[in-house]
Amino acid sequence: MNSYFVYLILSIIAASIALGTYRLLKGPTASDRAVALDALTNITTALLVLIAVLSSRFIYLDVALVYAILAFVGVIAIARYLEGGL
Amino acid sequence: MIEQILDYVGMIFVFIGSLFFLFGTIGLVRMPDLYNRMQASTKTTTLGVLSFLFGIGLMQLQWMIKLLVIALFIVLTAPVGASALARASHNAGIKLWEKSIVDKYEERKK
Repeated sequence: MNSYFVYLILSIIAASIALGTYRLLKGPTASDRAVALDALTNITTALLVLIAVLSSRFIYLDVALVYAILAFVGVIAIARYLEGGL
Repeated sequence: MIEQILDYVGMIFVFIGSLFFLFGTIGLVRMPDLYNRMQASTKTTTLGVLSFLFGIGLMQLQWMIKLLVIALFIVLTAPVGASALARASHNAGIKLWEKSIVDKYEERKK
């Protein structure tokens, strides 16, 4: 991969994380924060895969997989809590 | 030669995916209420992550199967999570935007 291309992708992802963090901190209700957190975890999964490519370690993909699974469990737990079932 | 072409196609896919991250989070900041924000941010998940992972897989062809497993998992779980979260926050009493005109779930609950 071209290094200028990596810098471009990383700066776009950094801008997205900044916008998502703004909504995460400001969000009027808890559900807004949960939605922002969901978007941020998806971006982080992609970022972990990018780190795996840049350091060319195949084993780092497992980290991304486990992170995606834990993010799903977290969203379901937050939804149950908001509904009053937890 | 063919590796070079696959590298460039993968770069295009990765670029499209990261642009969708940016658009999804811009929608997250700009949209007026929770449900509109949710429909903007799920674009981040589906098109963004899928295109990103597929582009990386085109660059590193021997990683493609594991990347597709991650993508399949995200495709299976993201709609479930979004649906559960929308339903829970509707039941918790979060109002729609005042210019929204249709609310089928409210009609169904009556």
